[in-house]
Amino acid sequence: MSKTEFPPSITSRPVYGELEARSGSGHLMIADAEGAEAILDLAKSTDAAFWAKAHIIYIPKKTGTKFSSQLEELGAGQYYAGPSYEAAQSRIRRALQDCHMGTQVYLSGTESLMGQAMAEATAAGIPHTAIQTEHRGSTARRMQCVHCKGITEDVTTDPFECSHCGLSLFVRDHYSRRLAAFQGVRVDAEDPGNIPEKVELFK
Amino acid sequence: MSAGTAKLNVTVAEVKPINDLVTRFKFVRTGGGDLPTFSGGAHTVVEMQDGGITRLNAYSLMSNPADRGAYTISVRRDDQGRGGSRFMHSQVKEGMEMVISNPVNLFSLDLRAKKHLMLAGGIGITPFMAQMHQLSMMDGNFELHYSVRTASLGTYAKELSERYPGKVHIYHDDQKEAIDLKTLLANQPLGTHVYVCGPKGMINWVHSTAGEMGWPREAVHSEEFLAPASGKPFEVKCAVSNKIVQVGEHQSLLEALEAAGIDAPYLCRGGACGQCETNVIGYDGKFLHYDHWLTDEQKAGGKHIMPCVSRFEGKTLVLDR
Repeated sequence: MSKTEFPPSITSRPVYGELEARSGSGHLMIADAEGAEAILDLAKSTDAAFWAKAHIIYIPKKTGTKFSSQLEELGAGQYYAGPSYEAAQSRIRRALQDCHMGTQVYLSGTESLMGQAMAEATAAGIPHTAIQTEHRGSTARRMQCVHCKGITEDVTTDPFECSHCGLSLFVRDHYSRRLAAFQGVRVDAEDPGNIPEKVELFK
Repeated sequence: MSAGTAKLNVTVAEVKPINDLVTRFKFVRTGGGDLPTFSGGAHTVVEMQDGGITRLNAYSLMSNPADRGAYTISVRRDDQGRGGSRFMHSQVKEGMEMVISNPVNLFSLDLRAKKHLMLAGGIGITPFMAQMHQLSMMDGNFELHYSVRTASLGTYAKELSERYPGKVHIYHDDQKEAIDLKTLLANQPLGTHVYVCGPKGMINWVHSTAGEMGWPREAVHSEEFLAPASGKPFEVKCAVSNKIVQVGEHQSLLEALEAAGIDAPYLCRGGACGQCETNVIGYDGKFLHYDHWLTDEQKAGGKHIMPCVSRFEGKTLVLDR
C-alpha cells in the first residue's frame, strides 16, 4: 500500500517521514503489516554489514506471510515476527534495555504501532526527534475515550462507540504522545441521543 | 549599562590561588543576605572597573547551587587575553565591592537524561562542579572525564576524585593520557546525555564523534564562551540612536556600543546565547563572524551580526541600534 498524505492538522498530531539508513551502533526496526515495505525500501540502499547490526521486530497483522519471508532474507542479526503488539512488547522493552547510545530506531506501519513503540523508545531515553517513522498501511486510529480512559484500537469511523463504556465518541486529532493515542470525546454530550451518522474516515 | 540581567552588588569574601594559572574567587552579597538560586552550568557576568574601562567577563559558577550564601568562580589567567582575567588575578582583593549579573544558564543539565556523561578540558571543569553538586544531591547518575595538562595544573582534579570516588577519571596530557572517546561513547546506556566544556577542538571532536556514532543531536551538549577577537578598528553607524561609534582594535563592537551609551542586550558576551543579535541595515565591506550562534546561511546573508564577538572590515556598516 502506498503512503498516505495526511491532511493538515493541529500541531499535536504526529507527522511521519521516510525511513533512511543512518550510521549507528545498531538498528532496531519495529514494524507492522505494510510497514514491512518501508523496511524493504530502505534495504535498497544498505549492505550486509548494516543488517548484521539490525534487529527487526515485525507484527504481520492481516498481511500474513506476504512480507515476512522478504524481511527474513535481509539477514538481520535478529528477526522476530509476532502475532500482536502486546505479544512483542516485552521483546521491544528488552531490546531497548540492552542497546547502547548510538542505536538507531526505525518505526513503520500503522500509527498505533509507531506511537506505542515511540513511547517505549522515548521512555528508554531516546529523544523523540531522533526516532525515524514512516507511515504505511491502514490509517485506522488508536483512540482513548476521555471519559472512561479505555483505549479502542483500529477505529475507522467518526463517531465510533467506545469499546469499554459504549459512548459514541467524536474522533479528535488531539494526540497524546504518552498514551500513543488520539482522543475521543462524547459526541452527544450537550444533546444526549443526537448522534450524527457514522462516516468512514479511515481505512 | 542596563542591558544584561539584573545586577547583584557583592563583596569579595575570598581570593585563593589554586595553581600557577587559576585563582578562585568567592562572592557574598554586600550587606548580607541570600543570593539568587541557580542551576548547575550557570554563569555570571563580572563587571571590572579597570581604569577608565569597564570589562565584563562571563564565568561559570562552580559552587553548590543549593548554597545561597556565596557564589564561587575560578578564573584562568590568560596573559595573551584582553585583560579581564589579568585584572581578576592582579586587582581583585578580599573585601572589594563588585557588581555581577544574576546567574544565567546556557549549559543546563537535561534532567530527562538517565545518565550524565561529562567531558571537561582544563578550566572547562567549572560548570561541571556545580552540576555534580546538583546531581549528587538528587542521587543522579553521572561520570566525569577530565583532561588536564599536568597533575599540578589539574584544577580541582584531586578534590573531585576524593569527593566523587569512582565517578571521576583524570587524564594527564604530559603522560600521554587521552580520553578514549569512541569506546566511552559506545558503551553508554540508552538515555545518556553527554556534556562537553573545554577548548574548541575538544568540543568539535565530541560533537563529530558522537554524530558519527549515531548519537542524537539533542543528547550532546556543549559550552564555549569565546573571547572577543581583536582586529582592525572600524566605524559603525547606529541608525536608531543616530550615533557614529568607533570600535577600537582591542574593543568588541558590543563594548563600543555600551561605551557610546547605546543600550545593547547581552547575556553571555561570548558568542553563544544569541541575546545580542543585531540587524544590519546596510554595509559595504566584509563581516568577520566569530560567533557560534548564527547559521552559516545567516552569516553569509549579511543581515545579522553578533556584536559581542564579531567584527567588520570595510567602508560602512549601519546597524539597527
